[in-house]
Amino acid sequence: MPKAESASTPAVEQLQKGEPGPGVPKVDPILIAHGVKRTFGGMTAVDVEHVEIPRGKITALIGPNGAGKTTFFNLLTGFDKPDTGTWSLDGDSLAGVPAYKVSRRGMVRTFQLTKALSLLSVMENMRLGATGQSGERFFPALFKGSWRKREDEITAQALELLARFKLDTKKDDYAASLSGGQRKLLEMARALMSKPRLVMLDEPMAGVNPALTQSLLGHVLNLKNDGTTVLFVEHDMHMVQTIADWVIVMAEGRIVAEGYPATVMQDQAVIDAYLGAHHDTDLGSLTGQLEVAKDLDDSFLVDEIKSEIAEEEKPDGE
Amino acid sequence: MDFNFIPLAFGQLLEPQTIGYALAALGLTVHFGFTGLLNFGQAGFMAVGGYFFAITTVKFGWPLWAALLACIVGAVIFALILGIPTLRLRADYLSIVTIAAAEIIRYTVKTPDISPLTGGSDGINGSSDGFYALDPLPDISYGFGVLRYTNDGLWIRIVGWLVVILAALLVRQLMRSPWGRIVKGIREDEDAVRSLGKNVTWYKMQSLILGGIMGAIATVIVIIPTSLQPDNYGTQTTFFLYTIILLGGATTVLGPIVGSIIFWVVLQLTDGILTLLVTNHLLPITSIQQGPIRFILVGIALMLLVIFRPQGIFGNKREAHFSA
Ligand SMILES: Nc1ncnc2c1ncn2[C@@H]1O[C@H](COP(=O)(O)OP(=O)(O)OP(=O)(O)O)[C@@H](O)[C@H]1O
Ligand SMILES: [Mg+2]
Repeated sequence: MPKAESASTPAVEQLQKGEPGPGVPKVDPILIAHGVKRTFGGMTAVDVEHVEIPRGKITALIGPNGAGKTTFFNLLTGFDKPDTGTWSLDGDSLAGVPAYKVSRRGMVRTFQLTKALSLLSVMENMRLGATGQSGERFFPALFKGSWRKREDEITAQALELLARFKLDTKKDDYAASLSGGQRKLLEMARALMSKPRLVMLDEPMAGVNPALTQSLLGHVLNLKNDGTTVLFVEHDMHMVQTIADWVIVMAEGRIVAEGYPATVMQDQAVIDAYLGAHHDTDLGSLTGQLEVAKDLDDSFLVDEIKSEIAEEEKPDGE
Repeated sequence: MDFNFIPLAFGQLLEPQTIGYALAALGLTVHFGFTGLLNFGQAGFMAVGGYFFAITTVKFGWPLWAALLACIVGAVIFALILGIPTLRLRADYLSIVTIAAAEIIRYTVKTPDISPLTGGSDGINGSSDGFYALDPLPDISYGFGVLRYTNDGLWIRIVGWLVVILAALLVRQLMRSPWGRIVKGIREDEDAVRSLGKNVTWYKMQSLILGGIMGAIATVIVIIPTSLQPDNYGTQTTFFLYTIILLGGATTVLGPIVGSIIFWVVLQLTDGILTLLVTNHLLPITSIQQGPIRFILVGIALMLLVIFRPQGIFGNKREAHFSA
């Protein structure tokens, strides 16, 4: 593996081919999306020209509210249909594949608005995530002997995961009785029951208390060590800086920057995306306001400010 | 005063109508209570089952087993027709389509053009021969007091309840299996279940078929000792079934069965009491007003029930998802 040498890229394994930037190809991509576009009415929510997710790494997808991150997740996992676009997991096309098949192919996602099934027990939630249970088919379901053994295996696997996420004492409670943060954890643990190749977590940290955050970061790192690829959406920059190997930045539906976590936040496009292009403009001064008004294409406002400036520039006493 | 109405009301326990409604309500519990499918056309499944059975028996002279098979096939076809276009869509589409489809069935069988086959508004009589031919009971009178049954009458009642018990055991077994877990997950949030790799649409279809078959067979139990009448399968029937499952508990197996018994016994009791009061001039209403009034009473009772015990008699408060 070629090692990065320049100062801007720290001494870690190089993931991309060429200079980091939007759409840069990866050395070993697991997911490749191309030309994925989704519009709602006249508004373009997602317009991703090209993106590749590195295999076996933790990739963070960040961007301001409304950037299109969740919509992009929905498109990739079959929960929404794009206007155009193709994408593939390990070379197998996933475009047009229904959501449940995407999950079976090894790409499992969680939801920003938690979807713990609150009228099932925590354990039943976990079991639901398992695969290879013949008792899920109608006729075998009637014969308990035929699926009990697999059920025991599933239960053991679930207990192990629940213990990791500190939910084992809650296993027999209705999921409804869990706190918001615990539901997030349950949803994540449940997604791992099928041992996916790629997990996609939509804001896994939202609502999780700081003490637990630390152990959750540990879980995500463990996933990587087990060979699972992780793609997560997160607003918490601490998490991004701590565990991500690669960061993709979205704004207004597009990918505006990509790079290593240590450097990507210095990218001008990222600063603009988060803070607006005029974050260092002094709105207290008329020249600053003029700059913004020009940018907004508001000719009335531009004229207004220009005349005000002209007014001020007149010598006093006139 | 004549208090015979009291034993007669409790005799509802053994009426084919009670048994049939218990089975149809169990089917609706599979749909609504366990899977969350808002089927407002259970009466349609009942009608389809009844007509497939009665037409094949009476008009085509098919043997009992073949007619029963036809009844089941009819329910499956009806479920596919309703389910294929709607089950991928939001929940409300299924309710609109089912309520309309059930009415379409009822009006269609009544059209004069096909009445040689369907019997028009008169329905179909005499689909019971094949079933009574299997009756092993000696030809004497059974029962006590005002509740007397012929051997054939007792035979259908015994078989009817056996079918209900078998169906209840089947549903119980399913709901305790991984299959039931998926279906209950769908009731709450189908996208969550989908994200875990389960073919949600197909499970909803299986549930629609299973509950629909129960509704179809329910009609067979009802029409064997009586006859098939198209107007017995209107929207009102579906709402009676909803009343029954809300009464007993919509997310339990026992609920629809006990609910059906209570529903018919109480309806009969109020009828008896009202008759008693009216004939003895203790109530200022006529016997014509009496019919609607008893349904008003049922409506009030249902409102009180949903307010004070939304989970039904057997339901678990936590699972009463419609109570929120
Ligand atoms: N179903 C929809 N109908 C119409 N517009 C939608 C729909 N879903 C998303 N949008 C719009 O698409 C844009 C992107 O939304 P999305 O939820 O993907 O943002 P996000 O990046 O996940 O934001 P956040 O960080 O706040 O979760 C928003 O402007 C949103 O209003
Ligand atoms: Mg989002």
